[in-house]
Amino acid sequence: MDTQREPIIEFKGVSKTFGDRNILDRIDFSIYEGEVTTLIGLSGTGKSVTLKHIIGMLEPDEGQILFRGKPIDQMKKAEWNNYIGQISYMFQNNALFDSLTVFENVALPLKYTTKLKKKEIEQKAMARIEQTELTEVADKYSSEISGGMQKRVALARALVTDPNIVLFDEPTTGQDPIRKNAILGMVADYQKRFGFTALLISHEIPDVYFISNRILALYGRKIVFQGNPEDFESLDHPFRQELISSLENLGHELTGLYSRRQFKVRYQSDLSQRRTDASYAAAVFTIDDLDNVSEKLGHDVAQQIIRSLGSYINKHFGAVGGFSSRQTINEYATVLPYSDLEESERIMEDFTKDFNKHGIQGVKTYIEGEDKPEDGVEFSVLAGLAQGKPQIEIESVMEFARFNQKELARFTCARGGEAQ
Amino acid sequence: MADNSTVDDTTGTQAVKPEKGLLTSVFNFFGGKTLRLNNDIGAMAIFFFRSFILMFRLKAIPDIIQQVYYIGAKSAQIVMLVGFFTGMVLGLQLYFVLVGFGSVGVLGTAIALTLIREMGPVLAAIMITARAGSSMTAEIGIQRISEQIDALSTMRIDPLGFLISPRIAAAVISFPILTAFFDLIGIIGAWVSGCLILGVNSGSYFYRVVSSTQIDDITGGFIKSIVFGVLVVTICCFQGYFTHMRTDSFGAKSVSLSTTSAVVISCVMILISDYVVNSFIL
Repeated sequence: MDTQREPIIEFKGVSKTFGDRNILDRIDFSIYEGEVTTLIGLSGTGKSVTLKHIIGMLEPDEGQILFRGKPIDQMKKAEWNNYIGQISYMFQNNALFDSLTVFENVALPLKYTTKLKKKEIEQKAMARIEQTELTEVADKYSSEISGGMQKRVALARALVTDPNIVLFDEPTTGQDPIRKNAILGMVADYQKRFGFTALLISHEIPDVYFISNRILALYGRKIVFQGNPEDFESLDHPFRQELISSLENLGHELTGLYSRRQFKVRYQSDLSQRRTDASYAAAVFTIDDLDNVSEKLGHDVAQQIIRSLGSYINKHFGAVGGFSSRQTINEYATVLPYSDLEESERIMEDFTKDFNKHGIQGVKTYIEGEDKPEDGVEFSVLAGLAQGKPQIEIESVMEFARFNQKELARFTCARGGEAQ
Repeated sequence: MADNSTVDDTTGTQAVKPEKGLLTSVFNFFGGKTLRLNNDIGAMAIFFFRSFILMFRLKAIPDIIQQVYYIGAKSAQIVMLVGFFTGMVLGLQLYFVLVGFGSVGVLGTAIALTLIREMGPVLAAIMITARAGSSMTAEIGIQRISEQIDALSTMRIDPLGFLISPRIAAAVISFPILTAFFDLIGIIGAWVSGCLILGVNSGSYFYRVVSSTQIDDITGGFIKSIVFGVLVVTICCFQGYFTHMRTDSFGAKSVSLSTTSAVVISCVMILISDYVVNSFIL
């Protein structure tokens, strides 16, 4: 499929050496328009160096970087300005001007690189500030706000010029699990909304799979993998083993659930020992209207909902021998290896009762019949069950479960407050 | 076999290695220093001219005003304080020298010419270097090591136009004004010590100050102050801007060393250029 598409950015045999240390050794990869591509690699393997080549902060010792098929080192000044004007770069340490306020930081690129009037600049910068939930701190200096807010300021500044390509250099560094996922969710959300091409450096395995169309793996100075996240999960390469051993724990941070790879391993080990006529049940849970929650109440609230549901599923189904995993940004899958469909329906009924009773932890929620605030946002949790056999692929069983999904709970949530 | 090859390699290396004589070492040392100095001066000249060209933009005006406030208005107090006491000391010293010749009447002439031609521009420039120059280096250095300058490039904002040009413009505006303040307050300081304390006639003092000061003296002082301003700002900004290129240190330490270098080099260059400018204008 990739061979039929024209890449927006392409690296062809790019090498880079600093002193006597070779960082990149003839790397080749492609980035396609409108996609989120994530560059994964262990620390100090040249991920940021790779990104800096795209923006022209570094020049390759060998090889070429092509933008829509044209080598960037052969561009004329006007072409270069046009190219670089389409790219925004979000630095790992944010690189905010600490002597400027949040508003001034966001408005800076508009003020110096466009011919917009003062009022238009103000409107555009304030729109981005509002979208990134920074209105309350717009007049504060960047050194006066929290690390998470600084990230959002950097993101707002990167997006204020409506770029076609945004390069994110480890945007989640130093953030807590909720905030990490909120930032990744924000990247995915803005990418969908504005349609830019995103190249992201991230260590957040497996969370980053949920937002990425393509994964690039940099290992031993080479790109050892480029493809979709599903293929990357089944990659048989020493890098994958090394990466998993160093980063796997991070997969548990937000929800406490298995990563998709661990989920498959557990599935195979549990079900392979069963008789071929034995049956098991699988459930798929989906949070509906999560995008609406992110947009109206913020990414933190959305991540808290994901976390709370994940923890609840883990606790409830784990107690009866089940195991669960987060499959996509708003979907969980659970396997009950020793329960048939009838028994699993009873377990699900209990779960539904408990879940409706306790609601979402850490977010103020209202159920049907309660007085709801005017600015509340509705979302629902869907769940579906299906019966599987050990010889059937888990993906097919989950597809059936998705087909059988019904509304399990509906909440209205509002900003602030603790559990209902 | 491994041992043999090691011995062979070692012997081979020693055999072809040229011996360094004392003379070669001396030439290498001074040659290297001269080349580095030459490179630095060239780089600084390019740095200055590129920044100078970017000064003439409408968008730079608010930044220039801000820098005039920072370099000029904020330095005024300390420059005037130093000017006042410099004048007082000059008044005191010259009074006792002149009284020996019975020429205390020319105290005003001596004070005016010393301050306007020489001490005003030099001391004002050194004071501004200490107050504004050092902080300029530190600020730009921190912006460099925290990637703020790289961020400007990625936003298509020319860092020289954004950070350096307004400072050079502000220095060209502020240095002569601050020098004028220094001269004026210095003359008042000398009047306090010479006339109010030691009893020289005030009318005679101010008459001598006005009558002996020629327009060339004032122009010369202003030319010097502009030259010093350009030198100080270029050196201080250059040291901060390229703090990451230092080979002797990294991070915060490199900013601290760059700040020290900026102040030392600026002060030395003020005195050297003072001689050079004097030799042209006298």
